[in-house]
Amino acid sequence: MTWVLANLEQILELSLTHLRLSLLPIVLGFVIAIPLGWVAHRYRLTRGLILTLVGLLYTIPSLALFVVLPPLLGTPFLSEANVLIALTIYAVAIMARSTADALASVDPDIQQAATAMGYSSWRRFWVVDLPLAGPVLLAGLRVVAVSTVSLLTVGVIVGVDSLGYLFTNGYQRGILASVLTGVVVTVLIALLLDRVLALLGAWLMPWTRAGRASRRSRVAQPSQLVDRAPATVGTGVQGSGA
Amino acid sequence: MIEFRSISKRFDDGTLAVDDFSLVIPSRRTTVFVGSSGCGKTTLLRMINRMVDASSGALEIDGENVSAIEPVQLRRRIGYVMQNSGLLPHRTVIDNIATVPRLNGVPKRAAHERALELMDTVGLDRAMAKRYPSQLSGGQQQRVGVARGLAVDPNILLMDEPFGAVDPIVRAELQQELLRLQRELGKTVVFVTHDIDEAFLLGDQVVILEKGARIAQRGTPEEILANPASDFVASFVGADRGRRALSIREVDGARVLVDADGNLAGRLVDRPAEASAS
Ligand SMILES: Nc1ncnc2c1ncn2[C@@H]1O[C@H](COP(=O)(O)OP(=O)(O)O)[C@@H](O)[C@H]1O
Ligand SMILES: [Mg+2]
Repeated sequence: MTWVLANLEQILELSLTHLRLSLLPIVLGFVIAIPLGWVAHRYRLTRGLILTLVGLLYTIPSLALFVVLPPLLGTPFLSEANVLIALTIYAVAIMARSTADALASVDPDIQQAATAMGYSSWRRFWVVDLPLAGPVLLAGLRVVAVSTVSLLTVGVIVGVDSLGYLFTNGYQRGILASVLTGVVVTVLIALLLDRVLALLGAWLMPWTRAGRASRRSRVAQPSQLVDRAPATVGTGVQGSGA
Repeated sequence: MIEFRSISKRFDDGTLAVDDFSLVIPSRRTTVFVGSSGCGKTTLLRMINRMVDASSGALEIDGENVSAIEPVQLRRRIGYVMQNSGLLPHRTVIDNIATVPRLNGVPKRAAHERALELMDTVGLDRAMAKRYPSQLSGGQQQRVGVARGLAVDPNILLMDEPFGAVDPIVRAELQQELLRLQRELGKTVVFVTHDIDEAFLLGDQVVILEKGARIAQRGTPEEILANPASDFVASFVGADRGRRALSIREVDGARVLVDADGNLAGRLVDRPAEASAS
């Protein structure tokens, strides 16, 4: 504890750096994955190809990627860019599959109805398909966020400051408190981002909060002759878990 | 008036869903396509708003070939109501109803005002305007679906088994509402169902379909019941059994009607009672 208090300023600074460096890959990964996931979802031919490719990308060890990227991209060896690009690649790898799954999760009846009302396919994608894919997209993004925060710690090996510094430095100098603090703060940041994303999702998708006890599945059954009132009965279907 | 002229539809996988279908659908009347599942009803309906394009033949609306009309524009002036309402789950009731007017560029305020009026028209409490579809019962969702279909005051209203997924009591209620609406609004309604009772109740013209959308018989409910064109039709409409096959029995000098199951259906009088004014 004394160690933490003595080094509070450094811990805080590393935390902020860590958070800052995490955000870019998360956002970039999301933005790049949407068109990729759409193509994978839309065309049967490309689906296998794209999903296998991003699956492979994810299996490349991060350290290897840090080493391979500079000669490939012509970036300096000890540059932040390498880590950011590597993390973006991982984010895309996770998010492209999530996006394909998310788009596939949209009820085709609703898409048909939207088309029947006179949405062009472009407009329908943005205002119907994408928002309705939201819950599954969000689930994917939360995984990306947590994974990015955790992977970023490895960046310290190639000279990029992050909470990983508390691991390596603490290890070299034999300060257990430093290593532990690094772990705890990394987890806290991951949890924080996860929470923020969940709240953002709830705010952007108010309909997912309304009436969890669901609708369309209530097909008429001969025994149930009464028009059911808005479902308020807890049916325990909350958090269906994507 | 909608006219199908020798329309066929073969899907990419080779299914011949519609085989040389010709029909005139009169304006301001309700025409019902009825037939068992897979006979091509939905495909026929979706050709009218070009959700499906015919492989051959011509389809005209008021003399204009639909293939010459841009599909997105065409759909915005034809109402469409489907089973399970097809409401946008992420839009409130009022926004759902206002969808097509908004697509057509009507300002939000005006579209919402009109949406509230439509809620009255279809018998929905205005208090539900801000709810999401998941917060409504099945019957209420269908009412929203109908209101949405009417939002641009279209001449044509396409309804694909709109009451198929609600329970019998609510269905009966919705059917009566539709009859009332149709008396008031006089749309060209094309209604799809697999339920012959629903077809007879709602249809001015009933078209009984067999596989490949082949017309087994077309006519008013009376014509079809009086003269089933084939054994298939007779059996499909149940003219030979149950509560549609009535016989006369004399009881104390009065004549009563008994159905095929022996249940009393009513008493035979000289002329039908005056329809009570509603
Ligand atoms: N998009 C499609 N691709 C291939 N076959 C289809 C498609 N849509 C419908 N069909 C086939 O066409 C036939 C008629 O379908 P449909 O019009 O939906 O029937 P209904 O509405 O009467 O149940 C069925 O055999 C169905 O399987
Ligand atoms: Mg159908």
